[in-house]
Amino acid sequence: MNPTIVVENVTKSFGKKPVLNEINVTIESGQLYGLIGPSGAGKTTLVKMIVGMEKSDAGSIHVLDKKMPNLAILQEIGYMAQSDALYAELTGEENLKFFASLFKLSKSAQKQRIAYAADLVNLTPDLKKRVSAYSGGMKRRLSLAIALVQDPKLLILDEPTVGIDPELKLSIWNELLRLKNEEGKTIIVTTHVMDEAERCDVVAMVRNGRILASGTPTELKDSYHVGSLDEVFLKAGVNQA
Amino acid sequence: MRISALIKRISRQLLRDKRTLALMFVAPLLILTLMYFLFNGNTVDPKLGVVGVEHSLVQGLEKVDIKVKEYEKATKNTVVDDHLDGLLQVDATTGKMTLTLQNDDPSKAKALQMKISQVAAAQVQAKLIQQNPAGAANLIAAKMKTKYVYGDKDTVFFDVLSPILVGFFVFFFVFIISGIGLLRERTTGTLERLMSTPIRRWEIVTAYLTGYGIFAVIQTIIVVTFSITILDIVLVGSIFHVILINLLLALVALSLGILLSTFAASEFQMMQFIPIAVVPQVFFAGIFPLDGMANWLQAIAKIMPMYYAGDALKAVMYKGMGLGEISGDLIALMIFAAIFIVLNILALKKYRTL
Repeated sequence: MNPTIVVENVTKSFGKKPVLNEINVTIESGQLYGLIGPSGAGKTTLVKMIVGMEKSDAGSIHVLDKKMPNLAILQEIGYMAQSDALYAELTGEENLKFFASLFKLSKSAQKQRIAYAADLVNLTPDLKKRVSAYSGGMKRRLSLAIALVQDPKLLILDEPTVGIDPELKLSIWNELLRLKNEEGKTIIVTTHVMDEAERCDVVAMVRNGRILASGTPTELKDSYHVGSLDEVFLKAGVNQA
Repeated sequence: MRISALIKRISRQLLRDKRTLALMFVAPLLILTLMYFLFNGNTVDPKLGVVGVEHSLVQGLEKVDIKVKEYEKATKNTVVDDHLDGLLQVDATTGKMTLTLQNDDPSKAKALQMKISQVAAAQVQAKLIQQNPAGAANLIAAKMKTKYVYGDKDTVFFDVLSPILVGFFVFFFVFIISGIGLLRERTTGTLERLMSTPIRRWEIVTAYLTGYGIFAVIQTIIVVTFSITILDIVLVGSIFHVILINLLLALVALSLGILLSTFAASEFQMMQFIPIAVVPQVFFAGIFPLDGMANWLQAIAKIMPMYYAGDALKAVMYKGMGLGEISGDLIALMIFAAIFIVLNILALKKYRTL
């Protein structure tokens, strides 16, 4: 089976400022792939390009064997943006329903998926409330539910656990692992928290628009002869400089 | 399916935003009502001081609603001190008349001057008739009868202005609300979020035009009905033609508002488009006669949607013309809308090239 995502020699700059430099990423089907790096490293730009919302200056991106941008492939991508892009005047349920109706989904499947996604993020009791009355964590959870609503093969989550309490964070990670293991979904997660990175199958460390190092967390630690990913990050950064 | 979901969402959002709804539906009525009363206010009779004027002339002046106050002696200062609009002095020896006007409001001063000279001329005429009764017949026959192509002798400026105002308010409020609507979608990131779904750019533009279009239709019908039935604005032509023109105008405003919101980073920046894109439209809508403008100004007028809408509205509401006569204006409005819509679809490329 071909890899789910192949990013080849992608370069991007905003004006004169280079954001991504000769990025190569291959993500196999069913992998939980972590993009780690400080803010401003280019993680969001990279995931936006994979979704097809940003154009690369050079290089190519293939998702599920289709060159991006491709509208049909978007049906198979569940995207959760870094900022909560929600309609505050609408209720949580109306938000879910609205986004669900943008995808090809039968009426009954839509209902079932909305119930599933809301339950997953513990929002079922709050669905009838307007989003303007939601807390930051609730908004984050609703965004995640929306990303899951059309049952996509590929999940792209941009900092999914920011502003979420530890308990819920744990349950979200457990669910991500379940989605990967039981439903065979491919998941990309960006984060700047190292303990989250430990849970990924493959980790890519991004800084200044370059991938410093990538591999399984164990491989990375072994090759740099250190005990934690934090130290890997520091060492890899030194090597680059 | 996707379009209807979007339309449903937009209407739902607007319906929950009671203040914006009020702005769209009530504010135009308030302003129109205010303008109506401002323009239909009773004019105050001018006050005129006179020195050494014959009694018959004073009577003549009072007949044309001039308040006359007689003085023994008066100067420029009398005009200021007694708040007179004018002072008419007749030299006792030569019979020469001098009129001093206060002139703080030029149009009022001109009207007073005209009235006085008319009355004075009539006095002279009357004297001539007395001296030569034979010629009187001729003079009476020469009395003029006035006919009007449009309107009648009771037509006031507001009757000509109101069709333009109706159109302008539809344009203004639809522009603001649709522009800020899409702008909010940009600033909250939901537009970008939409772009990560399989929706097409033209679907977004269509849904926005229809969603806000529904509200624009309601607004147009309310404004037009209100002006005609309650404010009793002159409507000679068909109300349906008025609504049709306003709908096309609303479509132009809608697509222009959405387009300009592309170039605004905040609500405040959206407001900055008002003096640039909206206010100049008023000047070319027909309130000021276009014929007297410099050629380059006339050329600018031709690229203003309100110019065509104002022309068409005046033609239907005041002159009673039919569809045939305003078809040129309607086509011009359609062209504007088409251009803006295409530009909108292109502008969304910023988010996704597909």
